[in-house]
Amino acid sequence: MDMILDILTIPLVQAVIKILVFVLGFVMAVGTVLTLMERKWMSAVQDRIGPNRANIGKFTGHGALHIAADGVKSLLKEDTVPAGADRFLYLIAPLFSYFPAILVWAVIPFAGPIGSVTFQITDINTGLVFIFAVTSLGVYGAVLGGYASNNKYALLGAIRTSSQMLSYEVFLGLSLIGIFMVYGTVQVSKIVELQNTYWFDGLIPKWGIFTQPLAFFLFFTGMLAEAKRQPFDQPEGESEIIAGYYLEYSGARFSAYMLAEYVSIVAVSAITVTLFFGGYQIPWLFPDGFHLLGYSLALPPVVVALLQAGSFITKTLIFCWLIIIIRWTLPRFRFDQTMDLGWKKMLPLSMANLVVTALVLLLTA
Amino acid sequence: MIAEQYLPVLILIGVALVVGGQFIVMGIALGPTDKSAVKKAPFEAGHLSQGTGFRRYSVRFYMVAMIFLIFDVEVIFFYPWAVKFRELGWMGFWELMTFMVILVLGLVYAWRKGALEWE
Repeated sequence: MDMILDILTIPLVQAVIKILVFVLGFVMAVGTVLTLMERKWMSAVQDRIGPNRANIGKFTGHGALHIAADGVKSLLKEDTVPAGADRFLYLIAPLFSYFPAILVWAVIPFAGPIGSVTFQITDINTGLVFIFAVTSLGVYGAVLGGYASNNKYALLGAIRTSSQMLSYEVFLGLSLIGIFMVYGTVQVSKIVELQNTYWFDGLIPKWGIFTQPLAFFLFFTGMLAEAKRQPFDQPEGESEIIAGYYLEYSGARFSAYMLAEYVSIVAVSAITVTLFFGGYQIPWLFPDGFHLLGYSLALPPVVVALLQAGSFITKTLIFCWLIIIIRWTLPRFRFDQTMDLGWKKMLPLSMANLVVTALVLLLTA
Repeated sequence: MIAEQYLPVLILIGVALVVGGQFIVMGIALGPTDKSAVKKAPFEAGHLSQGTGFRRYSVRFYMVAMIFLIFDVEVIFFYPWAVKFRELGWMGFWELMTFMVILVLGLVYAWRKGALEWE
């Protein structure tokens, strides 16, 4: 027993356990379930039942078995390589889609620390810069896949992807500078901790959405574009360029792209929650319990951590749902509209947000 | 210390490779391989493919990439300033505003030159 506890105190062992629980246990699971949930929500929006046929005997689980059935089906399908394609790039391109979706979880805290045990895989002090660095890698997955396919539509999808993701990356970086100024750090754990400070005698928490409301809308819009979700899915617009960069992909590699897309939805939701909605924080919940207007309720640290993890997961799932609902609510932009929105509206707005934030902070300091 | 912090990132890169790689390996191992010339032809909405897949494309994409390079590199300069913002005070503010004006001038120039037009 003592030996097990000793092993558990090694940071690397802790990190491996966290990776297993957070990334494989939570992120991949939610991403997989989202593939079905999106189809179910789409059906609800379109007033039909949605997938419900996969069954074991009489058990269908309201379509839940489609997750397994689709996975097995795609693996058993032929994995075609089009004639004239760059075989090596075509083979490895889907891998790049997983880097941004999985690597960002390295710095996202799931709950507040209990003593020396943190619920964050690694607390890098360049946190957000790291997030930007790895999200930029996502563009390779789409561009290499489309370029290697030897298909005109796939190539169009690939260059559209590169233009769109590069354009939106610029103001994505600018919009968060307000957050850096307000909290004075780029370390994710500190940003989340500081979101548990309050205005007006502990009434209103200083969540990012309250300190930087405009930045939230800029950031969330930019993240939707980075994840290539509607209304920014011109890279894969079915009615214009068939399916864009993954047009030639079939079988298992196609589902690799699809799963990567849903895992990035979870990642986008988590980053937004962490920066703008207090991360794991519950309003008025401190490491020793609730405190509000002089009343307090003491709680043991384990209960606090469980509540915080629950709050983080709930908020993340709400954002996953929001991203899916946005897809089935808004029509797709034209490509020129996307670029106009990015360069002519979002970029000046995020610059203005930066200047106003600086002025307000200096005048109230 | 630093290496210790970044080791989990390396492990995560491995996890990403395994998660993505399993599809590639299993797809090749489990799927049928029935190659024929028609099946390997690039899919272009039912038409026969003409020429190679790589074609000339609009120069606008290239211009976006150029403007991106300039702006994204300049955005990086804001980061250290933003973190040390409170300590630098008004002096730092005016210095950065000078930088910002140059940045905005660049944007206005690109805009006026029509580099952002997609019509």
